[in-house]
Amino acid sequence: MAKLNLNREPMPRQDPKLRGKNFNEVALGYSTQQAEAEASRCIQCPKRNCVEGCPVDVDIPDFIKAIRDGDMPEAVRILKGKNSLPGICGRVCPQEIQCESTCSLAKREAPIAIGRLERYVADWERANKKSLNSPIAKPTPTGKRVAVVGSGPASLTAAADLVKLGHSVTLFEALHTAGGVLMYGIPEFRLPKEIVQAEVDFVTSLGVELKLDSVVGKLVTIDELLNNGYGAVFLGTGAGLPMFMDIPGENLNGIYSANEFLTRVNLMKAYRFPEYDTPVKVGKKVAVIGGGNVAMDSARCALRLGAEEVYIVYRRSEAEMPARREEVENAMEEGIQFKLLTNPKQFLGDEQNWVVGMECYQTELGKPDASGRRRPVVKEGSEFVIDVDVVIVALGTTPNPLIASTTQGLETTRRGTVVADEATGKTVKDKVWAGGDIVTGAATVISAMGAGKRAAADIDKYLRG
Amino acid sequence: MYEILLKQDLVPNIHLFKVGVPDVAKKAQAGQFVVIRIDEKGERIPLTIADWDREEGSITIVFMEVGTTTHRLALLKAGDFITDFIGPLGLPTHIDKFGTVVCVAGGFAVATIMPIARAMREKGNKVISIMGARNKALIFWEDELRSVSDQLIVTTDDGSYARKGLVTEPLKELLEGSDTIDRVIAIGPSIMMKFCAKTTLPFGVKTIVSLNPIMVDGTGMCGCCRVSVGGETKFACVDGADFDGHQVDWDLLFARQRIYLDEEKCSFEKWQSQFGGSS
Repeated sequence: MAKLNLNREPMPRQDPKLRGKNFNEVALGYSTQQAEAEASRCIQCPKRNCVEGCPVDVDIPDFIKAIRDGDMPEAVRILKGKNSLPGICGRVCPQEIQCESTCSLAKREAPIAIGRLERYVADWERANKKSLNSPIAKPTPTGKRVAVVGSGPASLTAAADLVKLGHSVTLFEALHTAGGVLMYGIPEFRLPKEIVQAEVDFVTSLGVELKLDSVVGKLVTIDELLNNGYGAVFLGTGAGLPMFMDIPGENLNGIYSANEFLTRVNLMKAYRFPEYDTPVKVGKKVAVIGGGNVAMDSARCALRLGAEEVYIVYRRSEAEMPARREEVENAMEEGIQFKLLTNPKQFLGDEQNWVVGMECYQTELGKPDASGRRRPVVKEGSEFVIDVDVVIVALGTTPNPLIASTTQGLETTRRGTVVADEATGKTVKDKVWAGGDIVTGAATVISAMGAGKRAAADIDKYLRG
Repeated sequence: MYEILLKQDLVPNIHLFKVGVPDVAKKAQAGQFVVIRIDEKGERIPLTIADWDREEGSITIVFMEVGTTTHRLALLKAGDFITDFIGPLGLPTHIDKFGTVVCVAGGFAVATIMPIARAMREKGNKVISIMGARNKALIFWEDELRSVSDQLIVTTDDGSYARKGLVTEPLKELLEGSDTIDRVIAIGPSIMMKFCAKTTLPFGVKTIVSLNPIMVDGTGMCGCCRVSVGGETKFACVDGADFDGHQVDWDLLFARQRIYLDEEKCSFEKWQSQFGGSS
């Protein structure tokens, strides 16, 4: 057996000093040479642990082998057979805790860079689209109609799988652009919108009908859909309701939910104001409250918009941060300042109602809580004030109650999530499935896609009954 | 893309569009609003639904030229298209048989109050409407509002038409009069709604106002439109836009409406310099 190559190909990235001033993608992608070199490191294990680590069962060793052999159309065919959104997953999946963590070379701390190779294949396909025949064979129509509500990762995956199985699928999106959180939430520099659009276009090219500007629950209810020819409904409307802290001063001018800030910047392109009409307050000193990927995204957007100082304010320590390690490192490299073990007490405003300061407690870590992470405990008398002119609250989101409140017979939890079977996505309501953040609360793109895939399989089984 | 079926200039800077949106028209109710985006680079703004025609499949909106978007909107004509038209959003106005209902409209909100007054009357209420404008040139739909009201009082700030004064004056007289007033609906500029609520408070008459904070998505996703009502934070887009006027924190609403004054000015000046503001 050839000697193991433990030299993982590094990802070329934009220089931190330059990228802090633009919205261009940070990670630049592998060259052909790099991709083939990385693919050649794969030892093609007989036991395919990496596939087990993938929520959508991509045949990872096979597409890597195709890259190594220089057969890119084959690599595309294999990858897209299981994953309709590889350009997105290659960029935003937490591979380090999924496929790459189960890679045989992970034990030697040099797992194959599966995510980067996935991205390479997706980007190659986009650049060479015309040279490819449609990789998917046309299915036999079943004559059944499925309504998929929302157009984020769970819905796009469910829609693509269902249409590939021959069902007629309509995607209902409330906003003016499809893609959900991929469009309004994740910034351009981490996930270019052109890529999301290309993957949405791929799903519609399979025959999925897309209805934008359609707020299900207002324009039409789930029961009306079921009474009007749809044999099944999949709810993939995500967790779109921002959580606030409910502390004094939270409605001062200059305090945003991360959803609002990111929607203005990403979806409405406020970073190009006044060319685009939607404005956003930039601020000189910006505090972002939270330690997840959304907090990192918000902080890095604020920096790129021209803020002089950007702080991440997080009540636990770095070890407990839910954000991907890579994103925390990117943020640090770009000059984001981390104020850890810090928890806001109240916001201070001026007489025009603008936020000027944030009074915080210092915290220390106590015993682990229900999440398994050590609980932050406030140190009495530790209050101090951070001067700020913009604050972004990135403490998570819960599902928008619009659908649950307008649909008879759905079961929801105290946190507002819809109850659905984990293996199938089936809700307690007849003919209705759900998956993604609407079921789990805010989670990852790939877990939402996995849920969309499982639900699609179960819907197919039901419709073929 | 949604087609403008009809355009009317109600007064020089207030316009009416009838837009073809059959699905929205099927569901629209009094007190709800739509969010529109003119084109790819446009912002999303909320506009109240003034009327609907379920058979024709149209929604009527009325707007005043204020900032960049409404000035750009005013340049469109029948046959043109609006890129996005989303609705019906918000909760419908609570319509019930209350007894005597006073509907107060300030400025172009006469268009907003129309379907509410009509629905209140159809429900069997006695409807007294008050409409106020700055001056005679800004009066429209007087006959329309009269046709759905048992009584109509018109005021102008400068006395150039009908009664001189603010809408709160006849409102106070009605409250002091012999008729029992069971409910007041006041819609218009925030300051006018605040003073209507202030006028009715000593009389203990429930007063519903329709709040108009800045919005982005209009579906509860961003929290831009948060208002404080009875000490609780609410999202006007999904919890309203109707609220109890006696419970609203008006100062907070005014402050939050001013967040983007600088940017609005910058955007409008850019638009004027590019297009000459020739509307």
